[in-house]
Amino acid sequence: MSSHMLVQMPLLAVIGIVACRMLPVRLQDSILVKVGGSVPCVMVALFASSYWMLPRALDAALNDPLAELAKFLSLPLLVGFPLVLAWRRLTLIGRGFVWTNFISMLAVLGWLYIVAPVRVCNSYLVNDQESAGWYMVIISVLIFLWWLGTLMVGGGMGPDKHDSSGSGTTLA
Amino acid sequence: MRSPVKRGVIVTSLVVLLGTGVFWWGTDGFTALTAETARRVEILRSPRPVPNVTLEDQDGNIFKLQDYQGKLLAVDFIFTRCTTLCRSMGMIFKQIRDLIPEKSLGRDFMLISISFDPDHDDPASLKKYGQAYGADGEIWRIARVPDKAELKALLEAFGIIVIPDEFGGFEHNTALHLVGRDGKLRLISDIDKAVPFAEEVVALL
Repeated sequence: MSSHMLVQMPLLAVIGIVACRMLPVRLQDSILVKVGGSVPCVMVALFASSYWMLPRALDAALNDPLAELAKFLSLPLLVGFPLVLAWRRLTLIGRGFVWTNFISMLAVLGWLYIVAPVRVCNSYLVNDQESAGWYMVIISVLIFLWWLGTLMVGGGMGPDKHDSSGSGTTLA
Repeated sequence: MRSPVKRGVIVTSLVVLLGTGVFWWGTDGFTALTAETARRVEILRSPRPVPNVTLEDQDGNIFKLQDYQGKLLAVDFIFTRCTTLCRSMGMIFKQIRDLIPEKSLGRDFMLISISFDPDHDDPASLKKYGQAYGADGEIWRIARVPDKAELKALLEAFGIIVIPDEFGGFEHNTALHLVGRDGKLRLISDIDKAVPFAEEVVALL
């Protein structure tokens, strides 16, 4: 369960992140304009990532090949990719929203997994559920500390890829 | 869509609408967040036919699941080496049997505990399990599905997922199942809902 939620699924999102970063900046910008700016991109990523946090979606991904396929497509395309598209155009507040939202979701979900009196996933042992919960809480604390660190050092902008044209780092 | 701001608002609204729709669809209207709840909700909405598997009971009798057609049948899934939930399952099934009017037992209503561990659970160990709870082998049978492919189909139809744990046993979703007279699975209840389950049976007698 831990490796599914905390290794495989983040890696799938990373595939989308890397793929988007490989595109020329001009193409990224034109896609961003076409889809209506950074807000819809963040919303898409929010919905898609929340969906795969549902215990039911995890079970489905293991027992239904169609759901598994949906997971493999949606995590890169609907989470990683739009986040990178939006990121360069996000204000400090926008980025802060994404971070705090992500951190709190992870922590709350982890906490739920630790204290849940029932097995929430039919495909996993109860022990798995608890350890996955602990990992989630620990990871969320680590990310929070790291983000806090960037607030001190880098102004809270988080990871940012500077490009040669310089246009990439302007904040809308 | 002339201005980019307007476009952004429209696309965002669409995304929110679509996203909410997907959540609604994926959780049966925000009611079923886990696969276990989903399976129960789905059964209530549309009772599902169960496969006609061949079973072997604690006395070595071979019979078919279809033999129960025309009767109400309570089903649970166990393995006899289980030291935790299946033990309480035995007590719960006993409790349910005792809550049903005696004249209906065997005629209108029967119980069956199905082992999903046919390799270990031979008729002898099934018998031992049954004796611990007073399962007589007629009104209440303890049975296994000898054929692996049939067992898989049966577990799938009931929505039971069995996974080996680190102690050589299994972990599995445990519930009370009611198969109707038409041979369709019509109700799945929590194991601590023995009394409502029995009431439901009595109402259907």
